[in-house]
Amino acid sequence: MREMIKMVIVLTILSFFSGGVLAYLRNSTQERIDNQVLEFVKGPAVRTIFEGAGNNPIADRFTIKDGDSERTFFVGVLDGEPRGIAFETSGKGYGGDVGLMVGINVADGKLIGVGVTTHGETPGMGAKAKSDPNFVSQFKDLALGEPFKVTADGGSINAISGATITSRAVSAAATDAGEIYQKLKSQIDDKLKGFKK
Amino acid sequence: MAKSLTQEFVKGLWDEVPPFRLVLGLCPVLAVTKSVENGIGMGVATTFVLVGSNVLVSVLRKLIPSKVRIACFIVIIATFVTVVELVMQAFAYPLFLKLGIFIPLIVVNCIVLGRAEAFASKNGVVRSLLDGLGIGVGFTLSLMALAAVRELLGTGMLTIWVTPIQIFGPSFQPFSFMVEAPGAFMALGLMLCLMNLVGKK
Repeated sequence: MREMIKMVIVLTILSFFSGGVLAYLRNSTQERIDNQVLEFVKGPAVRTIFEGAGNNPIADRFTIKDGDSERTFFVGVLDGEPRGIAFETSGKGYGGDVGLMVGINVADGKLIGVGVTTHGETPGMGAKAKSDPNFVSQFKDLALGEPFKVTADGGSINAISGATITSRAVSAAATDAGEIYQKLKSQIDDKLKGFKK
Repeated sequence: MAKSLTQEFVKGLWDEVPPFRLVLGLCPVLAVTKSVENGIGMGVATTFVLVGSNVLVSVLRKLIPSKVRIACFIVIIATFVTVVELVMQAFAYPLFLKLGIFIPLIVVNCIVLGRAEAFASKNGVVRSLLDGLGIGVGFTLSLMALAAVRELLGTGMLTIWVTPIQIFGPSFQPFSFMVEAPGAFMALGLMLCLMNLVGKK
């Protein structure tokens, strides 16, 4: 019986300390980890969209409440004005959600560009959405408003050959982004006004 | 009979080098040795866990009831692995992305539990520390050696840290299967064969 109690006590104390140490470490690294995730997962897409921007779009970001969730917006200073915003949406691809970073020019309401962030698409086929810049560059300078569609659905986007589902996912994500932008436009404009150059 | 402290450290480098002599812990050995950088990252992470868990197990060895010792060891090891995971995410995120699931899997790496059970739970703190360090360094060097062979033949390049260095020049036709899974088994088999030849005498 004594042995039994000792086992329980030792294991409890050990787990207690382990939990305490890890909780402390998690708290103190949380912010750094979040920054690293932004930098390395979303960073490359954001930087490609805001190529030549006069600021660091990863550092200059703000969040807006959208229903239950919070959206993160990255700000790009183009030609000396904070005119670009980028945020992430997603569409249903062949292997789960395809995350898409969408850059919008708030001055004329056109797409600056888009870039795939995370995906589980087939290497060599759907994965080209991320690796082949020719596909996503089709979205450049397109006006928002009309839903983006691939040519097979009567739209203007040439699908990646052999990966229509992925192409549709990207188009749907870009369309979504347009709707979200319209919905949150006034809040985004407010935030941009307060943005210090 | 008792080994000197130096011997306790050195044995991990050759006589008991985990993947080649004990043929233990092969899962990360085969999976992450696509580039030298991955090998180093994995090796250092495992060494940290080995040293940490060996020392702590050795300190607590008289307090831990023998019936629940494995559970206690696992709690200790899992704690150190989570520490590594968090620190790596915070400071070396690209490496973390490449090693992915194999970092949390260090918990079930039989080398770590094996050293805790077979060595640290029966020996003093200093010896356990040296044992963990020796085995860890041996493991790191094995990973680096295997990764160097695979990467060199598979891509013609070596990645020590972040940027690959071209070794064989542009006319080299890489055996790209060496960086795939079958190449891992072949390279490991050849390394084992070589180690046995050298050690035979």
